[in-house]
Amino acid sequence: MPKDTSLTARIWAFAVWSVVILFLINLAGLIGSVVTSSFATRWLGTWLPAGFTTKWYFSAWDEFQLGDVLTVTFQVVFAVVFLSGLIGVPTAYAMARREFPGKRLVMVLFLLPILVPPVTFGIPLATVLYQVGLGGTLTGVILANLVPTVPFVILVMIPFIEQIDPRLEAAARVFGAGTFGVFRHVLVPILTPGILAALLLVLVRTIAMFELTFLTAGPGSQTLVVALYYSVFAAGVRAVQSIDAMAVIYMLTTLVWLLIALRFVNPTQIVARAKRDAH
Amino acid sequence: MSTESPSLGARLSARGLDGTTLLVLPGVIFVVALFIYPFLYGLWLSFHPKAGPALANYTKFFSDPFLYGTIWTTMKLALPVTLINLLIALPIAFRVRLLRRQRLLTTLLILPITLGTVLVAEGMIFYLGPQGWFNRVLMLAGLISSPVKLVNNYWGVFISLVITGFPFTFLLTLSYVTGIDPSLEQAAATLGANARNRFREVFLPLLLPGLAITFCLSFVQAYSVLPSAVLVGDPSSATRVISIAAYQAATEEYDYAMASAIAMIMGLTQLGVVALVLGLRSLLYRGPVAAAKG
Repeated sequence: MPKDTSLTARIWAFAVWSVVILFLINLAGLIGSVVTSSFATRWLGTWLPAGFTTKWYFSAWDEFQLGDVLTVTFQVVFAVVFLSGLIGVPTAYAMARREFPGKRLVMVLFLLPILVPPVTFGIPLATVLYQVGLGGTLTGVILANLVPTVPFVILVMIPFIEQIDPRLEAAARVFGAGTFGVFRHVLVPILTPGILAALLLVLVRTIAMFELTFLTAGPGSQTLVVALYYSVFAAGVRAVQSIDAMAVIYMLTTLVWLLIALRFVNPTQIVARAKRDAH
Repeated sequence: MSTESPSLGARLSARGLDGTTLLVLPGVIFVVALFIYPFLYGLWLSFHPKAGPALANYTKFFSDPFLYGTIWTTMKLALPVTLINLLIALPIAFRVRLLRRQRLLTTLLILPITLGTVLVAEGMIFYLGPQGWFNRVLMLAGLISSPVKLVNNYWGVFISLVITGFPFTFLLTLSYVTGIDPSLEQAAATLGANARNRFREVFLPLLLPGLAITFCLSFVQAYSVLPSAVLVGDPSSATRVISIAAYQAATEEYDYAMASAIAMIMGLTQLGVVALVLGLRSLLYRGPVAAAKG
């Protein structure tokens, strides 16, 4: 493509890049404010705080019982990751390899929980969970969080599985492997990068998933993001800095996993894959 | 026990039903039990109000301006936000597609997705507040004389939705834009079309169906805004969105029938917009745009 060097083209390019830079600067300012405040001794009406300290991290840890909250968060997140892989991958395998009557309907079934926003199905789901006695429990929170992640794993894994040559599985079967054996010795090793990518995205999503946890969690089953919401909501009761310290801890827990995830997946490819399935 | 006709298993597997197909069952059972059943139960519950006839919840909703007003409040936020996100994302995606190293920039732009709405709201209270860096810089530059009020009102929620919604819209748009075969643009350029004409005559018609999908998915996200409407909005009036009404009915009035009714209305109104956009989409060109995208 010949490069367009006319004046209007250059002004246009400049304008577009300005918007990108403005967005990034403001994003940095937004995150920077929270981080700076979490280390501030006192910060009122000045550019920078009067002094810096790390004491808020210790007080936040005690005040918000972050030890317990983090334990719950990781219990929920790892249970969700493990179960959505366990349910999602075999289902994706069947969807990728077999043509059966009603397959389109099943596909729609898996698309719905992703297309309908969490608040809409979260309220009836919370009602049902409370009715069967799971509302407010760790199990209830895990079940609710699985609703969008199981279909997500299925939709992401289908194209990965379709890329594998079926003759590999046929060969394994010739040598006497059952379905389980094929999975264990052939598919899982080949699919590991794909499974890892899908599950890491599930992990990041679940840490950040607010609505479903908010609607189903009780006092002992709050995850970090819900605890953060409540502390911001009730701001004024506690020092702002310790809320910010908690926000920074939350940010770090998601960022670490996002960076790991990005080593394995190119974000546009995941969207492109999910998108092609959506048609 | 006839040996002539094939066994039941063989006949089923000829139609694609064998052991492997059964692996689809855990997923199906799961979605039916935890998504379809609660949804139908919610629908049933919404017609069984605490008191009054079957339609009592719905008549209550549509006769109380404090309740039916939330539809308009939500639309007023979600529609402009989605449109603006799309209009910003499109030119940026066109620039980014020309870059050789897109990865760092894309990573930075999608960062807000992982931060989540709660953290963005928390940061906005600081950064955009009257003493925040944003207002200070503007005042230092002499652009404003007193701090602009950007949180705890309509604009607070608007900005938070742009920050959290833009990355998603951008990612989808970028994957559509990069999915178009570049030789189409080269052909147009060979025939003498300048950049503006190439966009209008080649890209736009090919992109519109994809942009319609992007619009729908982004709109659904924006329509169900909850935490930021409470934290950086004005949850009692200007940003009393429909999810707040549903949430209050469920957790403050313990009226699950009413809460389900509001959730159903929420789903229907948002589906209405999605159906409208997809209906318009079906009038557009639909055909192959990509040579081969790996």
